[in-house]
Amino acid sequence: MKDKTLTRLGICEAIYRQIGLSRKDSLDIVQNILEKKANSLSNGDDIKLSSFGSFLIKRKKSRIGRNPKTKIEAVISERNVVIFRPSMQLKNKINTD
Amino acid sequence: MKKSELIDQLAKDYPHLYHRDIEKVVDVFYNSISEALANGQRVELRGFGAFSTKERGPRIGRNPKNGERVAVPRKKSVYYKPGKELKERINSSN
Repeated sequence: MKDKTLTRLGICEAIYRQIGLSRKDSLDIVQNILEKKANSLSNGDDIKLSSFGSFLIKRKKSRIGRNPKTKIEAVISERNVVIFRPSMQLKNKINTD
Repeated sequence: MKKSELIDQLAKDYPHLYHRDIEKVVDVFYNSISEALANGQRVELRGFGAFSTKERGPRIGRNPKNGERVAVPRKKSVYYKPGKELKERINSSN
């Protein structure tokens, strides 16, 4: 358990065990949560979850970058990026022990 | 979007579930991610992104107000890498 990566299935299993929803409903809701979050972000709407953290959309201006391998300069076009800022609660949680 | 808005949106999609059960589902969803990270596990949600923790070594910081040196102990921080699909989505709609 220690080294394994948590995926959708692991979260579904937790929902099934702790709440008793069917595995099918659990998987559907997990997928739906991710879908709604992605949808909110693609509309430029930030997500704020008090106990977990915030997902913010930042607009990056275009700039000149360089391929580190070939050193050839290239324009990095203007784009949006997602930033995650963990909440104080989450920061404390991962730093206890 | 706040947590309560996420829950309300979900409630519309699952009329056969109690509102409080949906609240619990959202809590379990985020708790399982937090707990996995606290246990040093990685969390990968294909399409949306991956969460992992990174260790930051101890360092000497400074109080920005008076310039005093303060020892900052080692700590872990959460690292989020957006998924490919999400990156494409936030750049396709305007």
